[in-house]
Amino acid sequence: MITDIWNWLSAAEHWHGPDGIPIHLKEHLQYSLIALLIAAAIALPLGLLIGHTGRGGFAVVAIANSFRALPTVGLLTFFVILIAPHIHSTGEATYLIPSEIVLVLLAIPSMLTNTYAGVSAVDPAVRDAAQGMGMRGSQTLWQVELPNALPLIFSGIRSSFLQVIATATITAYVSLGGLGRYLIDGLAQQDYPQMASGAVLVAVLALLIDVALAVVQRYAVSRGITGRYSRKRIVDPAEQKAVIAAAPLT
Amino acid sequence: MIQYFRDNQDQVLNWLAWHAWLSALPLVLGLLIALPLGWLARRYRWLYPPLVTVAGLLYTIPSLALFILLPGLLKTRILDPNNVVVALTIYTVALLVRVVADALGAVPNEVLQAATAMGYRRIGRLLKVELPIAVPVIAAGLRVAAVSNVSLVSVAALIGVPELGQLFTNGFQLSYQAPILLGILLSVLLALLFDTVIQLAARVLTPWRRAVAR
Repeated sequence: MITDIWNWLSAAEHWHGPDGIPIHLKEHLQYSLIALLIAAAIALPLGLLIGHTGRGGFAVVAIANSFRALPTVGLLTFFVILIAPHIHSTGEATYLIPSEIVLVLLAIPSMLTNTYAGVSAVDPAVRDAAQGMGMRGSQTLWQVELPNALPLIFSGIRSSFLQVIATATITAYVSLGGLGRYLIDGLAQQDYPQMASGAVLVAVLALLIDVALAVVQRYAVSRGITGRYSRKRIVDPAEQKAVIAAAPLT
Repeated sequence: MIQYFRDNQDQVLNWLAWHAWLSALPLVLGLLIALPLGWLARRYRWLYPPLVTVAGLLYTIPSLALFILLPGLLKTRILDPNNVVVALTIYTVALLVRVVADALGAVPNEVLQAATAMGYRRIGRLLKVELPIAVPVIAAGLRVAAVSNVSLVSVAALIGVPELGQLFTNGFQLSYQAPILLGILLSVLLALLFDTVIQLAARVLTPWRRAVAR
């Protein structure tokens, strides 16, 4: 199996042309990034707002969590047959728009619940101290609550990103591009090396993105919070909550 | 949707049964594997970082990729439902190892000392004191795994495994909403059922928590 995958991946013809790996990789990243950016633009401000004001948190988290029970394949096929017939355009947009809607819907819950949990889990004493120092509400949010919530916010972004990468693989089934093409086409052509190679590519991509985000997180989060000043490892109780809140992947 | 269900009742119920089996079995297997692993990670501290890291890495693999890679590794047929069971068991273990280790680690030291003073040996203390106290946290992890398993099983329909996901692929091919809506409804209900069962089991296993609530 490993030789099959190696032979397939090292064959020059798979690295060129419209069905080449670079093109499908670019499509995969494009679909994922568009969805992630739109979802972040909705989820992060909303999470900060409800975390800061403490209003509506319970309802929003309940709704976001119930979203996770929805089967991704079901959502994808449903939105495509619902929306695609109404899009009068040629080419990709017909399937791209419904797929992006689903990707955005799937990316929101992790980021939203983690941002909310991160902000609302900030020690009240820290918040009081900020107020005592004369900070206004918005200053407390940006200079105290946000930096303190960053570890949880990052773990939300990471699970959302993984979720989107995984689901973008499935969009190949509704005739989009991306690395999922190799999996779906390989299945249709009974070409196992192609499928397995595509699967390896997707898995490696997910892994690389997660590692990259972990590195960004390491440098973005203040050392005062991660406890990297001291040699003793500080176990953050919020971190344990984050494991439970981690989103199911597709 | 109701009409569609009536017309295809036997087929749909068969898929529902498969779906339940394919998502419940990995949950049980995953818990059985994660409990000793989580205990090991707690007992031998140096095991914790590598176990959690490996679990995190396994969790990043997209399910469709895993469904496709496993037949090559296990020498099974692509359509073999066992691939789905193995893949979901891997995800369940990956999620639960850390939860179990952290839950056991969160048992207060005074409780452990009291148990030792009462004459519990290591195994007895683990089974009768530490695990019961860890039940609520483990149950919370299990609920996440259950909901995610139910959703992941339907991905396997893309490679042709018979379960509720077939309603999605059929509906997509026919451009017909009814089967898709029916599939979404049934899998949400199934997830809800698992969630309730786990919550009830956790309640039954921790009677002292109810005593406090009263």
